[in-house]
Amino acid sequence: MIVMCKEATRLMSLKQDRLLTLKERISLRVHLMMCDACRHCDDQFGLLHKIGDKIEEDLDEETRTHRHGQ
Amino acid sequence: MTDQSSSVGDDPTDDSTKRMERLTAVRPRLLSFARLHLRDNAQAEDAVQEALMAAIEKDASFAGRSGYETWVFGILKYKILDGLRMQKRQGQWQPLEDETDDDAIDRQFQQNGRWHEGARPLGWGEPETVLDNDHFWQVFDACMIALPDTIARVFSLRELMGLSTEQICHEIGIKENNCWVILHRARLKLRSCIEKGWMKGQEK
Repeated sequence: MIVMCKEATRLMSLKQDRLLTLKERISLRVHLMMCDACRHCDDQFGLLHKIGDKIEEDLDEETRTHRHGQ
Repeated sequence: MTDQSSSVGDDPTDDSTKRMERLTAVRPRLLSFARLHLRDNAQAEDAVQEALMAAIEKDASFAGRSGYETWVFGILKYKILDGLRMQKRQGQWQPLEDETDDDAIDRQFQQNGRWHEGARPLGWGEPETVLDNDHFWQVFDACMIALPDTIARVFSLRELMGLSTEQICHEIGIKENNCWVILHRARLKLRSCIEKGWMKGQEK
């Protein structure tokens, strides 16, 4: 199925929350091959997904600096 | 006689004092995290205060395990969930329908489903570099605060708290399908808002 950018962003978002079906995955992949803007959008959704982990990592970092600090 | 043993060698109360100092140091970050979820200063303060109190009370049970800040952060997450449940019970949440207009999506796309020329996403650079940049976090916070309440709540439960959409549905009382629609909207709104603020910062 051919998807346009708007639908592609729906699939990119969904991808962060559940496994895509094979059909969804293929539609998205083909669209991303052809569309720079959507590739950027896909990266951005991926980045937003990393934010929670980053906050936790930084807290871990805090713990490490305390341990080695003194 | 055994009650004297604590003064010999590593004094556990000493460690405990150090941990209190670390709580003070990490408090601002806990508070800004709580604010993103509860969207109310006073309630965020309460949640953090409760988390800090619990951390102090349970200090002995922590007993030098690794990751003290992460442990406290874990406590805070529970307190935030409690706070959200209370907000919901007290009817402090906007009805969902008020916020489910398609504006954010429609503004970014043309009728035919392609990006509007002015809304086409740009590259932000290497993710690691972006996430280490203070300006990015300022922009992110501002954009989160600008999001409508329910959308922001669903987004932060998913992406900051790491709950599954199934768990979120249970917490908020919405259908999973609705949850995916809200997350799609949240991500589009956030990416657009962050891009404007982030790119502007890069030009300076």
